[in-house]
Amino acid sequence: MARLAEEWFAICAGCEVTILDIGEPLIDLLKQVTIVHMPVLMDHKLYGQTGEGTELEIPEADIGIITGGIRNEEHRKIAREMRKKCKTLIAMGTCACSGGVPALANLYTTEQLCDQVYRDGVTTVAGATPTEEVPALTDRVYAVSEEVPVDLQLPGCPTTPETVAAALTALLKGESYAPMAKSVCDECPAVREKKAVSTLKRRLEAPAFTPGRPLSEMRCLMEQGFLCLGPATRGGCGGSQGTPRCIRAYMTCEGCFGPISERANPMVDMMGALSSIGLDPKQIPDRAATFNRFAGAGGRLRPLPGRK
Amino acid sequence: MSKTLVIQPVTRIEGHARITITLDDAGEVERARVNVIELRGFERFCIGRPVEDMPRITPRICGVCPWSHHLASAKACDAVFGATPPLTGRLLRELCNSVAYMEEHILHFYFLAAPDFLLGPDADPAIRNVIGVLQAAPDIATRVVRVRHMCATMLEILSGKAIHPQAAVPGGFSKPLSTEDRDRLRPMADEALELAQFTIAFAKEHVFPKYLETVKTLGVINTGFLGTVGDDGSLQLYDGKLRLMRPDGTFDEFAYDRYADYIAEHVEPWSYLKFPYAKQWGGFSMDLAAPQGIYRTNTLARINVCERIPTPLAQAELEEFRASFGRPAQLTLLYHWARLIELLHNAENVVRLLAHPEISGTDTRVKVTPRAARGVGCVEAPRGTLIHDYTTDADGLITSANLIVGTTHNSAPINMSVTQAAKGLIHGGRYDQGILNTVEMSIRAYDPCLSCATHALNGRFAVRLDIVDATGQVIDTLTN
Repeated sequence: MARLAEEWFAICAGCEVTILDIGEPLIDLLKQVTIVHMPVLMDHKLYGQTGEGTELEIPEADIGIITGGIRNEEHRKIAREMRKKCKTLIAMGTCACSGGVPALANLYTTEQLCDQVYRDGVTTVAGATPTEEVPALTDRVYAVSEEVPVDLQLPGCPTTPETVAAALTALLKGESYAPMAKSVCDECPAVREKKAVSTLKRRLEAPAFTPGRPLSEMRCLMEQGFLCLGPATRGGCGGSQGTPRCIRAYMTCEGCFGPISERANPMVDMMGALSSIGLDPKQIPDRAATFNRFAGAGGRLRPLPGRK
Repeated sequence: MSKTLVIQPVTRIEGHARITITLDDAGEVERARVNVIELRGFERFCIGRPVEDMPRITPRICGVCPWSHHLASAKACDAVFGATPPLTGRLLRELCNSVAYMEEHILHFYFLAAPDFLLGPDADPAIRNVIGVLQAAPDIATRVVRVRHMCATMLEILSGKAIHPQAAVPGGFSKPLSTEDRDRLRPMADEALELAQFTIAFAKEHVFPKYLETVKTLGVINTGFLGTVGDDGSLQLYDGKLRLMRPDGTFDEFAYDRYADYIAEHVEPWSYLKFPYAKQWGGFSMDLAAPQGIYRTNTLARINVCERIPTPLAQAELEEFRASFGRPAQLTLLYHWARLIELLHNAENVVRLLAHPEISGTDTRVKVTPRAARGVGCVEAPRGTLIHDYTTDADGLITSANLIVGTTHNSAPINMSVTQAAKGLIHGGRYDQGILNTVEMSIRAYDPCLSCATHALNGRFAVRLDIVDATGQVIDTLTN
């Protein structure tokens, strides 16, 4: 029986819910593994079951999963312990792979973050930033691979049940698994004619589509003038249905599967994609944070001098 | 010799917390604290973002109740833009909200709470989990896995994406519901309603009667309550006015955009989570003997503040509940019972909305125009009243954001319940993993994402515990 350990860092638990969304096949999958550590479902504690331990302790496992990016010093320690104890280590979800939405915080210093939360805001009675019995925040949000080597990255915000099931099934058989290498556009059925029919528009109105008709009859949303991160974003979000999830709701891609490859620069990729169909990237407000909304770790987003 | 116990992590909850218990020289509990050890700082990094992106960014606060953030955010955007969604757009939002509630209440009761009902709070921690439940009750577990997954499928049909949805937009909803899709959803809604009816009947027969004695003692505190009601005082989850009830049952009502007149947030140095309190009640104190400003949210709060529930099966359950426990009901573990009443209400509401003649209309959103404005959006998230408050500049970029989320309201009550539980259960330096897990149970009751390890389905506990409450009286209900 393969042993599985799971930990979560700066997370929302959406990836953990995605595991449950595997549905009935999950029951068979669970018969093939012994979960040795997983705070969301299991009662194994980090410092002993009665809280008297002094050393962080995670049992040995064949497969380890980490969700979430590194946001505090304790995440760092747990990441190292997971790496030490797990034969294969998976970074699951975009936050673990490239920072995700929480890495938008990398636009600001940790001090600015805490000023806002504990000393600003219409309802907050100002107090000092908490420091007792809580781990110190790191200077920024890190992807897991910035702290320890990772064997497999499964991006997505959240990732898909199909991806999780396929990856675990492959690993349990001793086979390898790789996420899709294509872009969201490669999976999108909308009609592309390589030419925009409008200047850039904010998403403040509905795009043109005929309710009830297939998406293959709808003009590409970016060619309709709505900024879509499909060209710079890794595909696979549609799972077995193929069609990207947001496109099904007539919404543009926001980039939630992260950059197409680990080294890609979404800013550069998007500038090129926009220009090639005749759109002017300068019209986009909040460009850096929009293009890197899910990729702020790894130095892609950083505080700018003078930004308040 | 004094001693500190650190229970870390609190498990089978959504998110990161630990409990720090300090024992004095005699081995009595001097202090117990729930340290929330996570901070991401959404209120900071939302500044500068285009306001129309907020319904896409803020669901990432919580992957268990992303729909609540999505909808509160879309409503705040409506207010910023001064837009009123068309009827169909509003109905689709409300439908998604109720489907999401079903999914979450099922998740909590069966996936997270059931391990303790079936296996006992003092069971071997290695099997006290959902896998243990699968082995103990495979038929029910398989049915539940199926229906919960079906709820996710319904959300996918409605919006393209079940977790971190995109379809609620400023001014409405981006995806009309075709009549074909509506007809696919109806049998699913019927099956979910059947499960909701089965669940509350099952719990009333096999679960609640056996843990009522524990309900009367564990984590019990006396507080006020906050929830949303309609003009007629009925339970409302998508829209309404806020009702803030004092412990004696009297209450104030106000439009949700006036929340800052009634609620303030206190900061403690030992938790990243802030502590909201009712600021007109004379200050803030978590002193168990003389609490001040403390109110609770989430299922029990909503069931307490409403006059009635606008669907018949859930209304009948409310009447039965009230006849047994009065109003407001204060016992912390009744959160579980209230949750199943809400599960039933939402299942009824989904069937009702799918029968609405306008649900398949194609007029689902209006165009909006940026302006400098402030807008407040509020829904009842499964975990409690959820407030999003945005201010924008003339370009529609966020200049300030204030968020108060469901669980945050319960920050002080959770600490008080844990303190009460620890002081009642740990004496003379004696404790074991079962006692400490029982302390954790008083946290789990508060959150639909939290497991309640309190109550044994079979009414038996694995060992005999010498347990004494805060007044020194022996509680024999935790023994065989």
